[in-house]
Amino acid sequence: METNQIKETIQMIAEENLDIRTVTMGISLLDCVTGDIQKTAVNVYNKITTKAKQLVPVANAISSEYGIPIVNKRISVTPIAMLAGADPHPDFLPLAKAMDDAAKAVEVDLIGGFSATVQNGCTPADLALMAQIPAALAATDRVCASVNIGSTRSGLNMDAVKQMGQVVKNIAAIDPKLAMKLVIFCNAVEDNPFMAGAFWGVSEGDVAINTGVSGPGVVQRAIANQPEASFEVICETIKQTAFKVSRMGQFVGKVAAERLGVPFNIVDLSLAPTPAQGDSVAEILETLGLSHVGTPGTTAALALLNDAVKKGGIMAAERVGGLSGAFIPVSEDANMIKAAEAGHITLEKLEAMTAVCSVGLDMIAVPGETPATTISGMIADEAAIGMINNKTTAVRVIPVPGKDVGDAIEFGGLFGSAPIMAVNTGDASVFVNRGGHIPAPIHSFKN
Amino acid sequence: MQVIVTVIGTDKVGIIAQVTTKLAELNVNILDVSQTIMQGAFTMMLLAKLPEGAEFGAVKGDLQALGQEIGVDIKIARQEIFDAMHKL
Repeated sequence: METNQIKETIQMIAEENLDIRTVTMGISLLDCVTGDIQKTAVNVYNKITTKAKQLVPVANAISSEYGIPIVNKRISVTPIAMLAGADPHPDFLPLAKAMDDAAKAVEVDLIGGFSATVQNGCTPADLALMAQIPAALAATDRVCASVNIGSTRSGLNMDAVKQMGQVVKNIAAIDPKLAMKLVIFCNAVEDNPFMAGAFWGVSEGDVAINTGVSGPGVVQRAIANQPEASFEVICETIKQTAFKVSRMGQFVGKVAAERLGVPFNIVDLSLAPTPAQGDSVAEILETLGLSHVGTPGTTAALALLNDAVKKGGIMAAERVGGLSGAFIPVSEDANMIKAAEAGHITLEKLEAMTAVCSVGLDMIAVPGETPATTISGMIADEAAIGMINNKTTAVRVIPVPGKDVGDAIEFGGLFGSAPIMAVNTGDASVFVNRGGHIPAPIHSFKN
Repeated sequence: MQVIVTVIGTDKVGIIAQVTTKLAELNVNILDVSQTIMQGAFTMMLLAKLPEGAEFGAVKGDLQALGQEIGVDIKIARQEIFDAMHKL
């Protein structure tokens, strides 16, 4: 009996917030398409509630038997825009409702996939879905939406970028909290288990299990134990810690898949913070020797963290996928919130950080007066970083009507709270309104 | 099913006796034991085997109830998770 190893595992879980952040079941809905949205909605509800019936009981049993918390149980589905079939004027609200009802029936906390992938262009169904995102989020409790507007291979669909800036504003006009359920991607991945951006890509199988691990507290503590260490030693420490954390994701995912009788797909090697004390990615960067996140040096610290986590985790899991990197959501990270409140970190610095980590401008509250074209400009900037650097980037910003810099918005629970951050007041409207497509970059032509 | 039982709390007379008596009552076979006092805290780990057909949740509930009764923290988890994290 290796008592030290047992002690270490128990300490990681009990004191350092090690957990399985999500067990996400991906479900293909392509076989639900009928051409009649109402009939399709019935099929969608039936398929989700059949395939995911045992998801929550199995995850809870694993959590109890192995002593590891599984924080979220979730479902991702085929991008809903693809379910329109032959309907020339699809109304996607019944499908959103079917997703929501199914999520409630099987007791998962969120379901992702009210989505469209439009990096090359928009079908009438894509356009209809994008326009209906505000209504769908308002009419449901657990549905999450995402739109992929660009990729390294396809370039950026600037018409969609323009439309999505307005969609974000329309959502916020209903209720700014709804905006946290929409992610606008460049280079979206098809197997991401994390919300709000999860959807189950069409190249995936019928049903499979994906896991997302998390353990910023474990990494922070390991670094804190070596205050004088060189970068080589720090990177080695992060790699070893990430290996152990990722093994948990691999193990739990495999057991869950076996019990559910479906294939195990991928482990997402991400460091996902929560607002809880000791569960912060920003704190890791500060422990590396920065007075606060946002200080010059922050991007380099994040780059080494992100890379070492991947290097450590990749050998721990049979298949790695999803977003796999450190998340830097402002509202979901206690030290990030503090830095934003104190003015130590700006949108521009966060944008720079997204060039070296996963994923993007995440859970950032901005003044309610921010024009749609400015939000489109932010989406375009972030997507350009992803397109040129061959990585996933995303925007999840929340314009809060009636609030300005100095105010804050409370999301509650794991979503935390966010101070309203200053946005550059320049005008991007002429740029955004040009319309059309930014072509794929030269390095995408590899054939 | 092999499990790891950990018992942590303030040291006092009879912790091992009470925990092992409870395990015997539950027909749980102890395979390995390690016990130390670290900075005044009683720390015990047991590798044990649950009887065929035993219900994990019931054993866990009984041990947690005993822990509350005698004022120590008793955790039980299936052994594979510790191997999964540390062994290649």
